[in-house]
Amino acid sequence: MSTALLTDLTIFILALLVGIEVIGKVPATLHTPLMSATNAIHGIVLVGAVLIGVTAHNAVGYVIAFIASVFAAANVVGGYVVTGRMLKMFRRKSPPAPGQVEGQPELAAANGHKGLKGLVNRMSRTES
Amino acid sequence: MSGFNGYIQLVYVLVAAMFVMGLHLMNSPATARRGNQVAQAGMVIAVVATLILLIHSGTVTATGWVVIIVGSLLGSAVGLWAARTVQMTAMPQLVSAFNAVGGGAAALVAVYGYYEAESRVTGVLGTTSVFTVLDVLIGSVTFSGSIIAAGKLQGVIPGQPIIFKGARLVNLGLAVVAIGTAAYMFSTPSLPALLIVVLASLAFGVMMVLPIGGADMPVVISLLNAFTGTAVAMAGFVIQNWALIVAGALVGASGSILTKLMADAMNRSLANIILGGFGTGDSAIAVEAAGDAQVRSIAADDAAIQLAYASKVIIVPGYGLAAAQAQHGVAELATILEDRGIEVSYAIHPVAGRMPGHMNVLLAEANVPYPQLKEMDEINPEFARADVALVIGANDVTNPAARRPGNDISGMPILDVDQAKSIIVVKRSMGTGYAGMENELYFDPKTSMFFADAKKAMAQLTAAVKTLVG
Repeated sequence: MSTALLTDLTIFILALLVGIEVIGKVPATLHTPLMSATNAIHGIVLVGAVLIGVTAHNAVGYVIAFIASVFAAANVVGGYVVTGRMLKMFRRKSPPAPGQVEGQPELAAANGHKGLKGLVNRMSRTES
Repeated sequence: MSGFNGYIQLVYVLVAAMFVMGLHLMNSPATARRGNQVAQAGMVIAVVATLILLIHSGTVTATGWVVIIVGSLLGSAVGLWAARTVQMTAMPQLVSAFNAVGGGAAALVAVYGYYEAESRVTGVLGTTSVFTVLDVLIGSVTFSGSIIAAGKLQGVIPGQPIIFKGARLVNLGLAVVAIGTAAYMFSTPSLPALLIVVLASLAFGVMMVLPIGGADMPVVISLLNAFTGTAVAMAGFVIQNWALIVAGALVGASGSILTKLMADAMNRSLANIILGGFGTGDSAIAVEAAGDAQVRSIAADDAAIQLAYASKVIIVPGYGLAAAQAQHGVAELATILEDRGIEVSYAIHPVAGRMPGHMNVLLAEANVPYPQLKEMDEINPEFARADVALVIGANDVTNPAARRPGNDISGMPILDVDQAKSIIVVKRSMGTGYAGMENELYFDPKTSMFFADAKKAMAQLTAAVKTLVG
């Protein structure tokens, strides 16, 4: 068994263990975004797809490189964008109902609790 | 490893670390977005490093560049479009589609590696072949299996199990052909043999997912996710790239954990699900109620009174809620109750939806704040303090029969809805869930049945509560 292979295997096993440890802590609430984020992460295969280009010098190579690039790029970009879209929806407080947006400072001031709530909402919206 | 490649590998190590950190930040909704951004930044770095490697190698032909760049841009555009336009209810299909392309790309990397090594006449290294074969096997199964899963979820392919006589024999045959041919390749490297492995694996993937019912999809998607990760890790071995190995291992671990969680939540073994033929499609098959059973039905006004004068309400959503597109209606009702000072929370069973955590996303989309979304273990002790448990479109996961031995769902973890002081069940008919058995909860004297479509029911309840409290 070559050293290179042994190194690769070591990395694989350790990464598996790290993965189990890290992902075991993700709450069920986030399991869908988690799966979609890991989905994007396996899009790293794009690196492999692009590297085909180094030795591809005929039609077979080009066709395989093309299909693999399309697949992997769709995987990466789509995965990250949709994960971001989902995570943006997770808010600690519900946003103000449509219609009472921003323009009612006097209402917020009249009630300290609501005012704070409004502030938090505004903050979380600017964040997103 | 030459000096330059060594530096690039170092960059890949950094990328791998960023993936781990990104996933670590996913352990709380407050930091999850940052986690996704960290992983995304890692991906950008990996791609840039790879492009530098390509330029440095100096062997990429003009056509090669065009192929790679056009391919990547085209793929990115498709991915972007899909991610921007997808409905949250259709998330499982999209995740499945990404599993398919990821697995497919991983398989192609190995196929090309093999083709290239053969054409160089230097022969194929023994170790390369093991990983090549595993990559091609797993990647191909994932590709076709995920397409079928996505088709079922989208309703293009019927959701109910598709079983025909001798299907298992065909599966066995395909497995023997794929593995046998793979074994032959170790003694005699041959490209046609690899293509046979590809075809047999593709067919096996189709045959594996076809007999699995719609309600088992959370397990199937998780499993295919784990497969994709493993295929990508194998591709990492083939091209000796640490970023792929680490990323693939992380995804493999994640998919495996979720697969186990989902299977446990349904109280079924993985083998049982894969061998399949149990889960039906959607759980709305109307069956006549048992003759002597007594159920109490309730009108919207009475249900509204119960809700409006409660001090604690727990909402129990199931897939029926999503199927009826009633999540916004539920959120609206909950907001009105909260404005009255009523404590509202949601009890989310792990398999409420078509993929792990699906229901949380659907409710988050309807602007339900995430602190209200409670996991099963967290919410179960709270049912005893709840004045009303409002069950919408959930069935088997609320059936107290699961606590007794000797039936189909014995031992399945359930939500302790029957502990609540009163229970309102919103349901279209007395139909059974996908386990096909009566829900004892419906015959509990504390339970009232509100027979209506979930979306209409929410509108009626909201209107009734509004008129009641002015």
